[in-house]
Amino acid sequence: MAHFEKANSVGEWFDQRLAINTLKRVLAFEYWIPKNINFLWAMGMVLAATFGMLVVSGIFLLMYYQPNVDLAFDSVNYTIMTEVGYGWLWRHIHGVGASVVFLIIYIHMFTGIYYGSYKKGRELIWLSGMGLFVAFSAEAFSGYMLPWGQMSYWAGMVITNLFSGGSLEAYGLVEWIRGDYVPAQAFLTRFFMLHVLLLPLVIIGLIVLHFGTLRIPHVNNQDGEDIDYEEAARLYKEGNVKDSKVIPFQPVFLAKDIFVMGVYFILFFYLVFYHFEFAMDPVNFDPADGLKTPAHIYPEWYFLWSYEILRPFSKDLGLIAFAIAQVIFFALPFLDKSPNVAPASKRGLFKFWFWAMLIDVLVLTFMGKLPPTDALFANIGLISALVFFALWIALPFITKIEKKL
Amino acid sequence: MSNRRDFMGYALGGFTAIIGGIPALYAMKRSWDPLPSVKAAGFTSIDVSGAVENELTVEKWRGKPIFVLKKSKDMKADDRDVVIGSDRFHVSIGLCTHLGCIPAYVSDEHKFKCACHGGEFDASGHQTFGPPPSPLEIPPFKIDGTTIVLGEEGPEFKKMKEAGLTV
Repeated sequence: MAHFEKANSVGEWFDQRLAINTLKRVLAFEYWIPKNINFLWAMGMVLAATFGMLVVSGIFLLMYYQPNVDLAFDSVNYTIMTEVGYGWLWRHIHGVGASVVFLIIYIHMFTGIYYGSYKKGRELIWLSGMGLFVAFSAEAFSGYMLPWGQMSYWAGMVITNLFSGGSLEAYGLVEWIRGDYVPAQAFLTRFFMLHVLLLPLVIIGLIVLHFGTLRIPHVNNQDGEDIDYEEAARLYKEGNVKDSKVIPFQPVFLAKDIFVMGVYFILFFYLVFYHFEFAMDPVNFDPADGLKTPAHIYPEWYFLWSYEILRPFSKDLGLIAFAIAQVIFFALPFLDKSPNVAPASKRGLFKFWFWAMLIDVLVLTFMGKLPPTDALFANIGLISALVFFALWIALPFITKIEKKL
Repeated sequence: MSNRRDFMGYALGGFTAIIGGIPALYAMKRSWDPLPSVKAAGFTSIDVSGAVENELTVEKWRGKPIFVLKKSKDMKADDRDVVIGSDRFHVSIGLCTHLGCIPAYVSDEHKFKCACHGGEFDASGHQTFGPPPSPLEIPPFKIDGTTIVLGEEGPEFKKMKEAGLTV
């Protein structure tokens, strides 16, 4: 057994048993972050904080929510919203948080794409981050089922039907996923389980992995500079803070992060208190009815771009396009053939690729919200979907001919 | 394999995976299956003696909407019609074959129109516009006098199925 001296303080007592001083040093006080970054580098901690808000508000909602097709709608819209003290607050934080978390995820993703933060040892950061995007998407979808309103029901119907694989007509698989011929009790209870247990566990695991993947390659910086961390850390620890290219995660980087978080949470709570309705679709305030489809079904804004890729094609082609669009971002580190780690503005054609991709995804998002009947918008949607695939096909070629910086 | 201990490790791991892992996966798969009570509650009888021409009735079978439309004389006869006496009925599962929304019946155009992605079907359930890849499906039915029993395969349904008119 290890030899223990009498501890002189509570901190020392814990340090003897858990090595907390070592942990603090490795995880915070000597975890080095480059100085050459901007506010976009705060999005990771903003996401972590938003996830925290979702967990806390979710715990309170879970105390009154009833995962039963006859009770679910009222347990949300009557019990939680009118009876439970401050129940409305948890629901609005949860609804707004679920929507805003995707805005920050997209900013975080496109920041990574712009600065090339997915290559030369940083591939796993990108892949685990994309894993988180998929897990959050599943979490958002399963949560959307729970109020059991019209949009819940019909989104559940349409999305589970995607698994029939078009002409494969795998309705057995669809019924297996639902546990019934249509979304019903078995469907609601299993999506409830996914939403409150399995998917949150997956997300927490992936967050730990995502942080872990940052450790060895370190976080990127505004110029993609390859920093000598040992040298920079030595300078900082010697007190030569000015010449060192790095700052410690705690307290210096976190202080800046918390400032950005402060600005973010002002916006967040402005939405929670004054504009929560943008995250609350009015159609979902009608209880689920399996015999009446709402006039126009559309997903929440953060799924619109991929929904618009599904829509303009024939059924099978649409499904294939949709499936590819869902996973193609995973391939980014392998389709970008250029060795340059640099902001897109310094990377020749990639600069245009980046802005074209960003604008295309925005156009797809706007078109996805419009009804399918207008020919002009349907054509814009089709062209944007084709541009999306053309950009991905072009990526290896334009990055191959990119000049090495 | 470098030594006995590695061998024992692999053997134990492999054995556990085969006799423990595979049955566990099977049990998990079966737990996700539709319950027997869900599968058993599968029959609906519809009396069509009072049906009005060109007026859509929507019934419910296995949680899905069922379209029953008595055809008027000016509507084209179709191999998929359910014939009872001298009357012809269009009977189908009222879910768009694209992604499962319920199309609405527009009676003066004799058309089913789906709001989700713009698909259209004629009064016999054939797709005429938009993304639906196949006609509206016909549920298994049996004719019993003026009653249509859904969930049972009568001779008329079997004939349609053999002719490939529905899945």
